[in-house]
Amino acid sequence: MDFQVVVLAGGNSKNLTPLVSKELPKPLLPVANCPVLNYVLHQLEQSNLKDLIVVVEGEDAALLVGAWISGTFIDRLHVEIAAVPEDIGTAGALRAISHHLTAKDILVVSGDLVSDVPPGALAATHRRHDAAVTTMLCSIPVSGPLESGSSGGKDKAKKLGRYNIIGLDPSKQFLLHIATGAEIEKDARISKRILHAVGQMEMRSDLMDAHMYAFKRSVLQEVLDIKDTFQSLKEDVLPYLVRSQLKSEALLNRTPQGEENSNEKVSSQNNQAFISRILANASTPSFHGLYSENPDGSSSTRKTHKCCVYIASSSSYCVRLNSIQAFMDINRDVTGDADHLLSPNNIIGPSPKLGTKTTVGPNCRLGEGSEMGDKCQVKRSIIGRHCRIGSHVKAVNSVVMNHVTIGDGCIIQGSVICSNVQLQERVVLKDCQVGAGFVVTAGSEYKAESLAKKEK
Amino acid sequence: MDPRRTARTVSDPKVRQVGFFTPAPTERSISDPPRFQDPIQPPSPSPTQVNDHSPSGNSLSPVMIPPAHHHSDNFLRTALQVTSPTKAFSYSAKTVTIPPENEDVASSFSPGRKVVSAKSPSSFPGVKASSVPASELTTVSVVNLPPGISEKAGGASVEVQNDRPVSAKTLKEKTNKAERRALQEAQRAAKAAAKAEGTKASSAASKVVTSANTKPSKAAKSSSQKNDGSQVAASEKKGGDRAPEKDRKKDAPHPRMQYDDKSRVEKAKKRAVVKQTEARNRVELFRHLPQYEHGTQLPDLETKFFELDPMHPAVYKVGLQYLSGDIHGGNARCIAMFQAFKEAIKDYSTPPEKTLIRDLTARISSYVSFLIECRPLSISMGNAIKFLKNRIAKLPLALSESEAKSTLMLDIDLFINEKIILSEKVIVKHAVTKIQDGDVLLTYGASSVVEMILLHAHELGKHFHVVVVDSRPKLEGQLLLRRLVRKGLSCTYTHVNAVSCIMQDVTRVFLGASSVLSNGTVYSRVGTACVAMVAHAFRVPVLVCCEAYKFHERVQLDSICFNELGNPDAISKVQGREEINYLDGLVNQENLQLLNLIYDATPSDYVSMIITDYGMIPPTSVPVIVREYRRDHLWS
Repeated sequence: MDFQVVVLAGGNSKNLTPLVSKELPKPLLPVANCPVLNYVLHQLEQSNLKDLIVVVEGEDAALLVGAWISGTFIDRLHVEIAAVPEDIGTAGALRAISHHLTAKDILVVSGDLVSDVPPGALAATHRRHDAAVTTMLCSIPVSGPLESGSSGGKDKAKKLGRYNIIGLDPSKQFLLHIATGAEIEKDARISKRILHAVGQMEMRSDLMDAHMYAFKRSVLQEVLDIKDTFQSLKEDVLPYLVRSQLKSEALLNRTPQGEENSNEKVSSQNNQAFISRILANASTPSFHGLYSENPDGSSSTRKTHKCCVYIASSSSYCVRLNSIQAFMDINRDVTGDADHLLSPNNIIGPSPKLGTKTTVGPNCRLGEGSEMGDKCQVKRSIIGRHCRIGSHVKAVNSVVMNHVTIGDGCIIQGSVICSNVQLQERVVLKDCQVGAGFVVTAGSEYKAESLAKKEK
Repeated sequence: MDPRRTARTVSDPKVRQVGFFTPAPTERSISDPPRFQDPIQPPSPSPTQVNDHSPSGNSLSPVMIPPAHHHSDNFLRTALQVTSPTKAFSYSAKTVTIPPENEDVASSFSPGRKVVSAKSPSSFPGVKASSVPASELTTVSVVNLPPGISEKAGGASVEVQNDRPVSAKTLKEKTNKAERRALQEAQRAAKAAAKAEGTKASSAASKVVTSANTKPSKAAKSSSQKNDGSQVAASEKKGGDRAPEKDRKKDAPHPRMQYDDKSRVEKAKKRAVVKQTEARNRVELFRHLPQYEHGTQLPDLETKFFELDPMHPAVYKVGLQYLSGDIHGGNARCIAMFQAFKEAIKDYSTPPEKTLIRDLTARISSYVSFLIECRPLSISMGNAIKFLKNRIAKLPLALSESEAKSTLMLDIDLFINEKIILSEKVIVKHAVTKIQDGDVLLTYGASSVVEMILLHAHELGKHFHVVVVDSRPKLEGQLLLRRLVRKGLSCTYTHVNAVSCIMQDVTRVFLGASSVLSNGTVYSRVGTACVAMVAHAFRVPVLVCCEAYKFHERVQLDSICFNELGNPDAISKVQGREEINYLDGLVNQENLQLLNLIYDATPSDYVSMIITDYGMIPPTSVPVIVREYRRDHLWS
């Protein structure tokens, strides 16, 4: 379908320390015992998109990710890995690989998107409107621990996380305004020109940019070339395209189609104009068309391009893993409500050895080769592979990654414990994050802390 | 040829008897043709055209049949210049790319097959991104090719370094049928065995790959092999496409399927690309027409965007636009379709062991059946498709593929230019003579030809007033009105409800048409018949403007047998007025049926004259045009 897919997998993310590290870059962060990148790739594979470019920040991370992909998706996907330097942002990453982009349209997906929205829907919307950029919007997920004992539903409404302010046209097809990140706090500046052309704008704050975009390749490359200070797709490129949609530079749209032979040129151009007029008259014009019309109705001199949106239906699942809270939420949802996201290759290993009187509640996932002692309680938690858990351990709303040793009598609540962590006896953790390889000494108690090994 | 010409001269007197016939057209018909043909004709007309044209040029009939364009050498030569079938790849890594086509590939993993994947040589001279250093691509995972393909491509299967004895056979140049059969059986058995061996083997195999990938020293792993691989993959792609397309063609629903026949509808639904949910409450009289729940189709088709492999993107886009109503109107839909087909033909390459003529026809048929699923074809599109298929069938066998393709693309251009654009221009020329100063012209809906007539008359400096009559739910007239008013025409806008009041001031009615049938019935946007009848009652002449390519030999007496049902929601809700919600909750009730017809048929009694590119004719002369037109342009 003449689409090229770029997965921006990222590398180390500051938001997610101490969960991610050099050894475990963000794309490989396990969500329900399965790297987060797997969800995106699986989704793309389902849509028959098997030719991908995965962009990873940092050479080391790229090697790790590449090794994992070739191990998992061998024979199923054709993946090319590109390593880009760290901290150049999403736009920078695209700029670095922009000479590899050849297809007519580019689908850019963030590697940390856990979603069941088919990318084809976005692509089809993009094609249908012949848009310069189409972005997927989804409703903001309810974050915060579900039915966690102490903090009930009272703060659920407040925790709307990072949000966008989005302006849509009445038909909800075009993007008129978008404010992201720091811009939200400022006053919203809305182009008078756009408002005048559309007449009516709907401002929404309950939608979130899901970081899945379809770009027209020429537009994307042009913007990246000209605006070489742009760092982020979401905060620079997209708002720029939205702002300039009614005064786009000549480059963006309507390149004259002069491929005919010279002697027939005049007549063929005449006919071209004629055809395009018939087509334009027959289609229901968007405000772009109406705006670009001159007052006397002759064809356009003003250049416009379209910025479209695809709004995912509220029943679909769509969350980005960009914070520890989101990580917890996704882990919870993937094992709970949205368990259809788990790809079939995420096999639940042979059931782990459980001691006597150990209970494993619903919405749990235990990796293969894990052992648990007597009288343990596991509720709404995920436990990775080859963990050794002693007796009288209680784990609620937690994520325990691979090769973790937990001593007897530990209580873990709402915490993330990374690989190779050792918890000695009677450790009590509440809402903590324990970085890889950390050793928690016996009897210590932590609450809402982030523990990680010191840099050597 | 000659008998036909004489036949037409016989019909001449009839033509002259039409109601408002001015002496002007006779002159014009002589003087015009060269002028109109100018834009599309190459400077030196080919001898065949001259031959063909001379008798009709001498006759003084207002009914003009433009010369048919044959595929003379002249065209071929230009065609050859136009095409450049080779596509340049911009970077070398792309050549490694093996388009994964087969669903089977993923599931049928067999051990022992090694995977060719290496670091692609990624040096890109010349291309540099502005500030950031250009990054390299590393191929880490490649979709493997099943051994069967390499066999198909003859001895070119070196790229899969296969140590299994079975596919070592593939190196043999020729295998007869029995051998191939045996080979297939063996492979199947091997596959089953592989499955039994379980995941252990596969993980082992993938480890091999990992190690191969991570070593950059293997980067230069003979690029020629890779090229072979991509070629093989390309041929496989087509091979994969072929089978489903053929099936689709075979089962494509007959365009005039009766939708009240339950079993047939079920069958049709099974193979449909577009998920079609039948609307429940349909008006008794119209149950034979397809009617679907309109809300569900578009999202469903959209989600399948990447899954419809054989569909060309351009065709898919047009289908989406039909479905969502972004493109409407006979001419626009026809042009959009042809432009999409042109794209598809441009990207087409004949699969091995197939002839272009047959395979391309099958492919076009599959595109057409997809478009039908999106929205039933208009008659103009049906005629255009017939034209294209006929052109494909008439291609000389000796023609090379690129020549054939460019010939076809030229044909498509020719059709658009001649049959649509040029004929619109001719119609405008004819119709403008009917507009005098002080006229009050009424039009209904938004017809592209009528709009051009009005604008042209305005440019000529004629003073007249336009009444635009519109109707819900589409309100197409408003768009027409907008364009007219901007050009400075004086207009009145009203809805069809008021047509009887406004008609007494009107001096002429100009109507567009979706089709003109051979009994003179005008098949057009719903409401046209009503306007025509009111005009007839008020003794106002009704002039129908219709290009000859939209004529159809069918005879239709009512608007029930063939019609199209629109979205019933469109009439039950009023856009922009939420407070009109009296039907909320009633729509799915058993005893309420909503009918949103798209077309109606105007009996020829109410039509004074049909303005077509062959001149101005009475409705009774339509069969002549149909006959002549067919013979001239479809079967020549």
